[in-house]
Amino acid sequence: MGMLIRNGRVIDPSQSLDAVCDLRVKGERIEKISKRALRPAASDVVIDAGGKVVAPGLVDIHVHLREPGYEHKETIRTGSMSAAAGGFTSIVCMPNTDPVNDNASVTEYILLKARTEGTVNVFPIGAISRGEKGGELADIGEMCEAGCVGISDDGMPVTDSGLMRKAMEYVKPFGVPVVTHAEDTGLSAGGVMNEGLVSTELGLRGDPGASEEVMVGRDIILSELTGTPLHVCHVSTLGSVRLVREAKKRGARVTAEATPHHFTLTEEAVRGYNTNAKMNPPLRTRRDVDAVLEGLADGTIDVIATDHAPHSRDEKNVEFDLAPFGIVGLETALSLSLELVEKGILTLPEMIRKLTSVPAGVVNIERGTLAPGSVADIVVFDPGAERTVNPGEFLSKSSNTPFSGWNLRGVVSATVVSGETVFSRE
Amino acid sequence: MAFSKKHILGLGELSAGEIETVLDTAESMKEISTRDMKKVPALKGVTVVNLFFEPSTRTRASFEIAEKRLSADVLNFSASQSSVVKGESLVDTARNFEAMGAGIMVVRHGMSGAPFVLARQIGASVINAGDGFHEHPSQALTDIFTIREKKGTIEGLDVLIVGDVLHSRVARSNVFGLRKLGARVRIAGPPTIVPGYFSRLGADIFHSLERALEGVDVVIMLRVQSERRTLEYFPSIREYSGLYGLTREKLALAAPDAIVMHPGPINRGVELTSEIADGPGAVILEQVANGIAVRMAMIYLVARGGD
Repeated sequence: MGMLIRNGRVIDPSQSLDAVCDLRVKGERIEKISKRALRPAASDVVIDAGGKVVAPGLVDIHVHLREPGYEHKETIRTGSMSAAAGGFTSIVCMPNTDPVNDNASVTEYILLKARTEGTVNVFPIGAISRGEKGGELADIGEMCEAGCVGISDDGMPVTDSGLMRKAMEYVKPFGVPVVTHAEDTGLSAGGVMNEGLVSTELGLRGDPGASEEVMVGRDIILSELTGTPLHVCHVSTLGSVRLVREAKKRGARVTAEATPHHFTLTEEAVRGYNTNAKMNPPLRTRRDVDAVLEGLADGTIDVIATDHAPHSRDEKNVEFDLAPFGIVGLETALSLSLELVEKGILTLPEMIRKLTSVPAGVVNIERGTLAPGSVADIVVFDPGAERTVNPGEFLSKSSNTPFSGWNLRGVVSATVVSGETVFSRE
Repeated sequence: MAFSKKHILGLGELSAGEIETVLDTAESMKEISTRDMKKVPALKGVTVVNLFFEPSTRTRASFEIAEKRLSADVLNFSASQSSVVKGESLVDTARNFEAMGAGIMVVRHGMSGAPFVLARQIGASVINAGDGFHEHPSQALTDIFTIREKKGTIEGLDVLIVGDVLHSRVARSNVFGLRKLGARVRIAGPPTIVPGYFSRLGADIFHSLERALEGVDVVIMLRVQSERRTLEYFPSIREYSGLYGLTREKLALAAPDAIVMHPGPINRGVELTSEIADGPGAVILEQVANGIAVRMAMIYLVARGGD
């Protein structure tokens, strides 16, 4: 069994390739990419990608799959279907499940579920501290041996600098990065949106950008102290971009990600007490968004990641203070990233790079490339096709998005994982 | 001027003309309260529910009297004795009262924006009786009504608001409303509870009460709300009172005919001395009386605007 994808514009930044090519898959692997027409074998599935882009399957290193524990929001099955619909073939899931992924048996459960019910590759991140409580180290070594690709207390920032330092030291032999949700909870102080003019007008408790920046600074310092690679999640402020940029200049082992919502929306989206604009870190000001865009353009921000955070309709349809933080992102990320290309912030190959080989490199997984011999994870999409975002059509179990009704470009026509088509449209 | 709003959610949402319509209507309503028979049949057959998710005595009492003077059928609901403790959502609670025929809901809630969530999802008119730190339109309209009554106009006045502006819905509503009607607004207090962002709402910020008071026509003293953890924002009540409490000496810096207001309940000796609270410039009890007329006007106008 094989597959022949014909006539597509094959863009693979991992091998600096951008040309109209045919691509042949044999079994689970990429066999050949050729500028000359390839002939299909009799049993090959043939996909005509004329006018479309063929790229490595997208890699999202910041996803909440909610299973185990919150299956009413999302499951590994629905989350991976949502990923496939958005062009993602590999997703990295955060440990804030119930129970928390703080030991190898939870890691193994997630991987088992992903193998039996998932449609894309699932790579778990393990907790830094037991129960994400910030007290004692989780079973970091056993989780890494079971398959965790990083450690993080995402959503429950590590307040104790001493514990963070110990985690960075301890994790070194396992070769995985420390992934930080940077937030000083003393400064964010229960804030539910960005502190500023809009929070003042709406009478909502504000979370100042400084709450993020203080911790980005601390974690960069600790990473430089320990030599452990640090990945900064969802950079949202001008100050954070600056800190990461300066750290990189010094040669620190720091990478950073931005989410589509943080590079697209400002705090203005909260007006009317829109709980689908409530996320953590919060949407910031125009100045911050511009800084994030600049960071994406100059390479300070390496990765685009969604922070896909599904919540049920009932959970979001409440008083703003009571609504949980987060939005779904897997099925809108590609279209919102293409806006960056349209605006001239990134070229199409640069955008794809931030969604494939770079994130794969951050968590050291052998994905995000179409190099012959590598696993055949592929996305075929039409970058110019128009769509209107309709959350009712999402394959995610949840539809909490502020982008409902937006007219965007970019439609995924096929998603291939290990040589098998797991999603196709039309 | 016609009033076509179905809800009154805040002064941020009302135009200057709409605010003036409420004030003018309140003047007519005030006359009713001077009659022997303090009741008109305007809202006969209309059911008004006072949905209070946060404790309140004076605002609720004021609304209830206003509703009864308009002959509405009144139902009082407070969260402590409700199904809210059983986990029912805000929207579901309101929908139940709607199913019982409530045409107007007067909503008090401890979280900012809660009346907005309801107004989007139910058919009844919603009047915001105070939401979190956001707005308290009936109180601010009462304050503005009282100022207009005493000073004849709002435009060109210097109005000073003193205290915990950060956590004050009364302050926000007053800043929005007074600015729209052309007053200059100063706010004063320690920087921790008088944040700089308010300057972008059109207020001038002071951290010295003495300087803030110079020449002002109106002083609105906010309550020190110990239940709102205000005490984390300054070292002690004693220090606060020394720096920002209003005394006769400090009040002498204001215009000679300055009036002193307070949304109540007063902490005597903290925000202001008894000498001032009971003195000639204080209009605190007039505010309370005017509050009924203003609330009658709000209810009357949404009942008509919602048609």
